Amino acid sequence: MTETFIVVGAGHAAGQAVATMRSKGFEGRIVMFGDEPYVPYERPPLSKALLAGELELERTYLKKESWYPDKDIDFRPNTRVTAFDRKARTVTTAKGEALSYDKMLLATGTRVRKLQVPGAALDNVFYLRAIDDTLAIRKRMAGGSRVVIVGGGYIGLEVAAVAVKMGCHVTVLEGLERVMSRVVAPEVSEFYAQVHRDAGVDIRTGMAVSGFEGGGAVERVHCADGSSYDADLVVVGVGVIPNVELAAEGDLAVDNGIVVDEFCQTSDRHIWAAGDCTNHPNSLLGSRLRLESVQNAVDQGKTAAAAMCGDRKPYAEIPWFWSDQYDLKLQIVGLSEPGDEVIIRGNPDERKFSAVYLRHGKFVAINAVNMIKDFMAAKKMIAEHRAIDEDRVADAGVALKDL
Amino acid sequence: MAKIFITNREGAESEIEGEIGISVMENLRDNDYEIEAICGGQCSCATCHVYIDDAWMEKVGKRSDEENELLEELECVQPNSRLSCQVEFTEDLDGLAVTIAPDE
Repeated sequence: MTETFIVVGAGHAAGQAVATMRSKGFEGRIVMFGDEPYVPYERPPLSKALLAGELELERTYLKKESWYPDKDIDFRPNTRVTAFDRKARTVTTAKGEALSYDKMLLATGTRVRKLQVPGAALDNVFYLRAIDDTLAIRKRMAGGSRVVIVGGGYIGLEVAAVAVKMGCHVTVLEGLERVMSRVVAPEVSEFYAQVHRDAGVDIRTGMAVSGFEGGGAVERVHCADGSSYDADLVVVGVGVIPNVELAAEGDLAVDNGIVVDEFCQTSDRHIWAAGDCTNHPNSLLGSRLRLESVQNAVDQGKTAAAAMCGDRKPYAEIPWFWSDQYDLKLQIVGLSEPGDEVIIRGNPDERKFSAVYLRHGKFVAINAVNMIKDFMAAKKMIAEHRAIDEDRVADAGVALKDL
Repeated sequence: MAKIFITNREGAESEIEGEIGISVMENLRDNDYEIEAICGGQCSCATCHVYIDDAWMEKVGKRSDEENELLEELECVQPNSRLSCQVEFTEDLDGLAVTIAPDE
């Protein structure tokens, strides 16, 4: 009997997983379900090159459309899996179809967190998660447009950079006291806020959006402090929520993500999960966590697919992330925590510096701004729990790897 | 169409019909070679490292500063190292020979 692997989701983790299944020699049936009309694609360009119109759509695809039939992968676009039955080992789709599986991978990803304020459903209030979101925003955005961005995280700031370069009037409303506060040090937030201001973006922090006003389409954004901002379009980037409902209704363990072990296996021995939707252990960090990252999606996609093919290798990578804004390459390694000591290397005025995080004297994370060598060295040093000469960290004249 | 000759990490040689106008990385990825290319071609991760056959070094051109910094930090860097996402495959490169560098 031919075995069947079902993959629920068609994002980065799913795309990596089906490629790994075939490269590991799995010759059985693979069926991959995606909500969207597209084959698995890279999401990072959605808020950068694709939004700017500098990249053809097809070049965001992880593999060409023809690759899937060539590899005998049955890709079902526009098809949502609505339920599965662990005992019978079947899935049901929104189209009413039922399919049996021998093994299943859940790569359901995340969805955007929506604002619950009056007027949030007005036209031209956009979120950004999928290709169609980017295409819709791009259609509305032109030189001279008044663009209000809600949320000063990666997505919001990347969109701001593209929009202001396009000649839009851009305002960023961030709820907390500084931009990218969840992922970078205060000095890095301050630097990025200034870079955006220098480029012409009106960055406002500590702003709670209280509602949108307009007849049909949005015309104005209101904040709790009484201020308001005229808008031709709004882009909201205030985080994501893991898609765990399917897993929970299927009676799998769920706790801020689908709970998996180091091989990406869920609480059911026939079901694996990978990517943004998982709560997974990481032996290098000594903790469980859920990540929203390309690196994690790719590496877990591989780990899960390999395990499904009988090749069990534990997943343990130091997380890393990147964000491109203007000519600045922000690269992040590790996970910082409030209370970590931060030491700045290099000079923000020269647009080349790093924030090095120490926890109890140990090197745990870095935010590197145009400091590629620091990023590369940090990946190794943090994974190896290497000691660092604390007194010399601030001296950018000394290579990080030599500290 | 133009050819790319590829030596994989096990030393096995093969050839593909390369697509013009996209990067060597995209050509390798579309043909299931074992490069990760996690950042998708943004010159941000150094996971698409290849060695260019010496005869092609001049035609392939020089590394950018960013690419150079990424490469210099790799253990397996050589004078003929390139990040394949930063090499656009053109008609002029018909017959290009590359070796996929070790994973690190």
